[in-house]
Amino acid sequence: MAQTYFSKDHEWIVVEGDSATVGITDYAQAQLGDIVFAEVPPAGTALEKGKEAAVVESVKAASDVYAPVTGTVTEANAALEADPALVNTSPEQDGWFFKLTLSDPSELDGLMDEAAYKAFVESL
Amino acid sequence: MTVNPSGWRPEAPSNDADAVPATFTGNTFTGNRALMLEEALLFEIGSIDRTGVDLDMSRVPAQAGTPSGVGTAHPPARVNEGLLRNRPIGLPGLSEPEAVRHYTRLSRQNYGIDLGFFPLGSCTMKHNPRLNEKMARLPGFADLHPLTPVDGTQGALALIHLVGEWLKTLTGMPGIAMSPKAGAHGELCGLLAIRAAHEAKGDARTTILVPESAHGTNPATAAFAGYAVESIPATAEGRVDLDALKAKLGGHVAGVMITNPNTCGLFERDMIEIAEAIHAVGAYLYCDGANFNAIVGSVRPGDLGVDAMHINLHKTFSTPHGGGGPGSGPVVFSEALAPFAPLPFVERHGETFVLVEEETVAEEHHEKAFGRMVAFHGQMGMFVRAAAYMMSHGADGLRQVSEDAVLSANYILRSLEDVLDAPFGASGPCMHEALFSDDGMAAGFTTLDIAKGLIDEGFHPMTMYFPLVVHGAMLIEPTETESKAALDQFIGALRSVAERAKAGDPALKAAPIHAPRRRLDETAAARKPVLVYRDPPLAAAAE
Repeated sequence: MAQTYFSKDHEWIVVEGDSATVGITDYAQAQLGDIVFAEVPPAGTALEKGKEAAVVESVKAASDVYAPVTGTVTEANAALEADPALVNTSPEQDGWFFKLTLSDPSELDGLMDEAAYKAFVESL
Repeated sequence: MTVNPSGWRPEAPSNDADAVPATFTGNTFTGNRALMLEEALLFEIGSIDRTGVDLDMSRVPAQAGTPSGVGTAHPPARVNEGLLRNRPIGLPGLSEPEAVRHYTRLSRQNYGIDLGFFPLGSCTMKHNPRLNEKMARLPGFADLHPLTPVDGTQGALALIHLVGEWLKTLTGMPGIAMSPKAGAHGELCGLLAIRAAHEAKGDARTTILVPESAHGTNPATAAFAGYAVESIPATAEGRVDLDALKAKLGGHVAGVMITNPNTCGLFERDMIEIAEAIHAVGAYLYCDGANFNAIVGSVRPGDLGVDAMHINLHKTFSTPHGGGGPGSGPVVFSEALAPFAPLPFVERHGETFVLVEEETVAEEHHEKAFGRMVAFHGQMGMFVRAAAYMMSHGADGLRQVSEDAVLSANYILRSLEDVLDAPFGASGPCMHEALFSDDGMAAGFTTLDIAKGLIDEGFHPMTMYFPLVVHGAMLIEPTETESKAALDQFIGALRSVAERAKAGDPALKAAPIHAPRRRLDETAAARKPVLVYRDPPLAAAAE
C-alpha cells in the first residue's frame, strides 16, 4: 500500500516498500510559475536527506529540489527534459522527478502527511 | 531685430479620433508605423551574393582549390593548412549604410539610461557622466597598448594606483586587486584569496555560507571556487539571522558571503557581531559590494570586519553597464587577505610606479599572490571613468551621492507603501532601494502585470521576483541621479498601475499595448528558444 509524505520544502514522496517516487507539490509549481527547465539526478546518484537533488527553473527563478530522504536514485524522469511543462500540468503524477531506494525508512517519520501539509501551506 | 514677432508656437497634434478615416485599418504596407521602423534580421536584409567590402583580390595570393571571396585573404605562409576555410562563409553581405541603419533602427527600439528612468533594483543604473567619456578618450589612455614597457606607461599606472588608493580609503581596507573584470569575477577573486589564505595555513575547509537573500552569483561563485554552499535564513525583518548563522559556523566553514546593504534594501546592523563570530572560527567575511552606493563616505566596510569586498565600478562609480562598456570589479582586502591578492598590481616607489608581475613578484615580496585572473591589468577604460567620477565629486561629493541615493529610495518607499505592500517597511528606513511585494493585488494579477503596465507608461520596469525571499518582489533603485520631478512622475505612474492591479483591470493583463511588441511569451522563449537562423526564416515558428 503506497503512502504519500510531504516535506517543508514542498517535495512529495510516494513510498511503496523501500522504493519511492519524488516530485514537487502543486503548491510549489504554482509558486514557481511556468517551469522551463528541470535537471534530474541520473540513476545511481546517492542523495542525502535535505541536500540538493534536482534543479528546477521557471520564468521567475531557479530553485533547488531537495531530497526528502536519503537514498540512491533508481530512475530519473526522462520526460522532463523534453517537456518540463509536465511539472506544471501534472506535478503529482506525470511530472515526477526521480525514483529512489530508501536507505533509512525511519526518516519518513519527520515528514508530513497530506492533512498536515495542507495545514502547513495554509499557514504560509 | 525681433525674434519670432508673431509669437507662433507649434501646436500639439490633434488627438481627435474622428480625424482618422473609418477605412484606416492600422496596418501599413511595410509594417512600419510612421517613422518608427520595423527591422528585419541582418540575414534577411543582406545576401551572401553581395559584399560591403571591396578587397583588391589581385594582391591576395591565390589558394589552390579554394574559391575566391572574403575569407580567403590570408597570407598562406602564416596559416596552418588545416585551418583554411574551404568554402564560402555564408554570411550576408551588407553595405555600410545598410549596416549603420540596421543598428540605428534597433537602437531606437532600445531603452537605456540616456532615455529615461531605469529603476532596476540591485543594478544601480545611474547616469554615466559625459566628462568620464571625454577623459577615457584621451589618446594617452585610449591608444595605450597593454604591452607597452612600464617606463612608457607611467601615467596609466599612476591612474590605476590612484583609483586603487581611493577605493582603499573609501572602504578602510589595506589591500586591493584592480584586475577583476566584473562583480562575479571579483567575488571569485575574493574567494580564491580566502582559499589561498586557508591553504597557506594547511587548513582545508569545505563550505561557504550564503544568506537566502543573496545575489545568485554568490552561491554560484562559491561552487565555482570548489566549495559546498549552505544557506543562512533571514529574520522576519529581512536581515541575516545571527543565531542561525552562528549555529552553522564551524571549522569546516571557509568563509561567509554577505551583501551589505542587503538585497532587501536594509543595512545589516549586526555586521560587526557577524564578523566577530566568523573570525572566531577562523573563517573570513566576504562582503558583496554591489550595494556600496548606499554607504560610500558613511560606512567603511573595513571597520565592520570585512576581509574582502568587490566594488562594481559600473554601479557605484558611474561607469557604463553592459553594452555601454564592460563591467569592472576591483576587490579590496583586509590585512589578513592582502598578501594573497592576485597579480598584476601597481606599486608606488616614490615618484615611480612599478607593475608587479610574475617576474618581479619576489623582489616586491608578494610571493603569496594566488596567481593571475586576467592577461593584463583589468578594465583600463573603466578606471579612467571611475577616476574622473571620484575626482569630480571629491570625498564630500561621493558621500552626498550615497545620501541622495538613500533619500530617493526612501521617498519612493514611503510614497507608495499605502498602495503597495512593503514587507520590510517597518524595519526602519531602507537604504538605496525600495522593496515591495505583490500582496494585495486582485486575484490573477502579478508583479509581471505591474512591470508590463510600467512599460506602457514609458518606464523600464523595476527588478522583479528578486530577492527570492519576498513573494512577487519588486525592487526599485532610483539612484541619486534622478530629480524629484522624475521621481514624482514615476511614483504617479506606479501608483496608477498598482491601483489597476488591485482593482483587477483586465486591460492591464493585456499590457504593454503601446510597446513595439505586445506581451511576449517568455515561457515559450525559454522552453523552445530559437538560437540558430535558418533560411527560409523560422518556418517552424510561423506554423
